[in-house]
Amino acid sequence: MNGSSGVLAVRRPIAPERPWLPAWRGHLHGSDLTCSILFVVPYAALLVAFVIYPIGYALWMGSDPALYAELLSDPRYVRAAVNTVLFVGLAVNLQMILALLLSGFFMRRRRWIRALLVIYILPWTLPAVPAYLSFHWMFVAYPQGLPNNLLESLFGIEGPFWFDQRWLALACDIAANVWKWMPLWTLVLLGGRMSIPQDLYDAADVDGASLYQRFAYITVPLLANLYLISTLVSTIWTFGDYAPVLFVSGGSPAFGSTVVSTLGFHYALDYGNPPLGVAAGLSILPLLIPAVIFLMHRLKSTEVQL
Amino acid sequence: MKEAAALAFAVVLLAWTLTPIYNMVMVSLDSKGDVFSNDIWPPHPSLDSFWIVLSEGYWYLQYFWQQFGNSIYIGAATTFLTLLIGSLASFSIGRMRLKHGWLVSNAALLTYAIPASFLAIPFYSIMLKYGLANNLWSVIFAEVTFATPYAIFIFQQYAVSIPIELDDAARIDGASPVQVYLRIYLPLMAPALVAVGTYALLLAWNEYLYQFMLLSSKQSMTVPVALAQFLNSDEAPWNYMMATAIIYAIPPVAIYYAFRRRMTAGLTMGGVKG
Repeated sequence: MNGSSGVLAVRRPIAPERPWLPAWRGHLHGSDLTCSILFVVPYAALLVAFVIYPIGYALWMGSDPALYAELLSDPRYVRAAVNTVLFVGLAVNLQMILALLLSGFFMRRRRWIRALLVIYILPWTLPAVPAYLSFHWMFVAYPQGLPNNLLESLFGIEGPFWFDQRWLALACDIAANVWKWMPLWTLVLLGGRMSIPQDLYDAADVDGASLYQRFAYITVPLLANLYLISTLVSTIWTFGDYAPVLFVSGGSPAFGSTVVSTLGFHYALDYGNPPLGVAAGLSILPLLIPAVIFLMHRLKSTEVQL
Repeated sequence: MKEAAALAFAVVLLAWTLTPIYNMVMVSLDSKGDVFSNDIWPPHPSLDSFWIVLSEGYWYLQYFWQQFGNSIYIGAATTFLTLLIGSLASFSIGRMRLKHGWLVSNAALLTYAIPASFLAIPFYSIMLKYGLANNLWSVIFAEVTFATPYAIFIFQQYAVSIPIELDDAARIDGASPVQVYLRIYLPLMAPALVAVGTYALLLAWNEYLYQFMLLSSKQSMTVPVALAQFLNSDEAPWNYMMATAIIYAIPPVAIYYAFRRRMTAGLTMGGVKG
């Protein structure tokens, strides 16, 4: 859900904030202090009731070590863990690398390229459920879904039954995730590229730099930080992104393409064992926490802000 | 030559982007709801399925308008509360410099980094305890919780561009904090409010998991939950489903394109400002 349309804002280093002086005279007193506290209370209440309490509750629910033994003894869980790593690793890297290249393509100052950008953003603006259901119907119908019909009529190849094989099903989920989120990261990286001063490229041209040199020695170093932060955010979101698997492949064949988050829902809702579902979610934390810490650290030390 | 390569690339990109959308339209226009055909275009396209959806003419779509209304209600309430709670908190932390306010900002940043789906199961158990299961407000609280951190960041960042001297002047004239918030802060924050409001609305419109877990009766469901229910039915009229999906997808797409400049201005604000 975090992922739905948050965007990284690029902020070039600017002058430090002005020293704080008058307005509230530095120190808050009496009614001002009461007022400022009252203003924070709604958010603080939200935080305690709907973030801190659920986190504590989750840790308590998943605190029994026996749950993790049970998870490991379930072959579906082991498969889901492998799938999760593959899903996140492939989907994130594919969409980030393609977004990096595409953002260069969209830097061209042509009218038709601007128009193309407007269409290209469309997947990101579509709600997830309708979009993924469309992917589902494209691939589930055998042998006549749209991709298979195209394969048949264009190349005369009979298409596969996509959800019959674990890796093909997972590939469909990855494709759907990339399709939905790549436009967002292209926009973010496009913003980053636009904030690189044109003078640098002009100077490089004067020095006779090749296209590759311009990319490797100007774009890459200046975009590296934004790219890294975007990749981290995308990784965190993709770990939590259950929707492609839930709607596109539905986990078929027989839990072959499930990821840990969807398996967790299965444990909690269909299997009636919420603690096991929570434990499945918590078991991802060792992978997730380093990413979160690294991200926080990066955000603190740079001027790029979420 | 270079131009030709760019054009060829553009065609590929366009095909990649539009194929799933085309598939949606194609299935929805099929009069029989038969996706098991070899056609790349339905032989007898018709708008019947859209009419069936809009007139609730199929038992699965019996509560379509009610469900659509629920989606709107959740979206509107989420937008309003996110703006209210987020702007109050950022005013207090950013403008009034509440002591230890940074703690709240950091907690918000952390919330932003937690995938919402990881909290869904405990959240559901807690909502049962609060007696809010199958209540639209439980979903609204969830959406607001996950939309507000982003709101606080954008507000704090945008507020830097509003001269603090305005607050000074108002204070000297004897304005209370509430007056400064209402008369100075909110009006000057209008662009950021539009950007964040759009974001919150789209987030609520996009979200599925919490709506699915927390809303169980047909009358209290939202459209995406009802859509997903089609998947589990034996008899699946796919053309109706895709028509519903398209109708549900139109508002966010329209809103996005209407506010596109504001959104990108708001979302890449710093980049534009330099």
